[in-house]
Amino acid sequence: MLAKIHITLKKDVLDPQGSVIANSLKSLGFDNVNDVRQGKFIELEINSNSKEEAEKQCNDMCEKLLANLVIEDYSVEIEN
Amino acid sequence: MKTHVIVFPGSNCDRDVAVAIQNIIGSSPEMVWHKDSTINQSDLIVVPGGFSYGDYLRCGAMASTSPIMKSVIENANKGVPVMGICNGFQILIESGLLQGALMRNSSLSFICRDIIIKPTNTKTIFTNKSTISKMPIAHNEGNYFANSNQIKEIEDNDQIAFQYCDENGDINAHSNPNGSINNIAGVFNKSKNVLGMMPHPERAAESIHGCDDGRNIFESLLS
Repeated sequence: MLAKIHITLKKDVLDPQGSVIANSLKSLGFDNVNDVRQGKFIELEINSNSKEEAEKQCNDMCEKLLANLVIEDYSVEIEN
Repeated sequence: MKTHVIVFPGSNCDRDVAVAIQNIIGSSPEMVWHKDSTINQSDLIVVPGGFSYGDYLRCGAMASTSPIMKSVIENANKGVPVMGICNGFQILIESGLLQGALMRNSSLSFICRDIIIKPTNTKTIFTNKSTISKMPIAHNEGNYFANSNQIKEIEDNDQIAFQYCDENGDINAHSNPNGSINNIAGVFNKSKNVLGMMPHPERAAESIHGCDDGRNIFESLLS
């Protein structure tokens, strides 16, 4: 199965990289961009008997290593 | 005094801190490779600065899963003094020994220059000889963050070790190099036997360095 994991900064954490990206987009003429939040995308192949089991394991991986829960949120999507 | 310095692939301040320990504390530290699994008996463990594992994923995240870290955590929980400097601070945070997070500097630039810090709690094994001190920082991710509940807890338990300040000891926005919340440059664990700090005392430990203010942290450990 393929797991797609998004890791983003929590809403109450400032994202200076996002602000700089937003400014650069505006300077390219994308005036309608209001806010940019950047993050990480991790794709991993995992052997599992069920989607539920794979999702549970990926949540565990995020809590133990992939995300820093003090500053980051994560979401997991499993595809067959 | 039996001392240990942990060495990860990418550590680059391990020898500097070993020289400081040798010259100030008078103990020849054992250099411990990250794949070793035990530190039997120690009076001080230092997790040095550098770029362990190339800062992959997040600074310190990979190193915090190294075999040796289990033993560092066990020793810390037994009360052995553990000190993390710069990347070592990031590793101690990622391993859960210290609270909060170290994010990218608010300026988005790597900063390498002298700064001034002030000890916030001078009743600990690491800071009992500390005063306002000048020493270098050299980091890209030193922007300390903790949410408001955690900050309150850290403050209530006197866990702030150092804060960035100006020459007069005033803690203000101007003296904050990296955007750290409340100018925090270093923190302790609850029982104050674990210290993490972004500034490098080992790089300001002899007159040949141009400044030896960093000595007071190592001298504190002697008393």
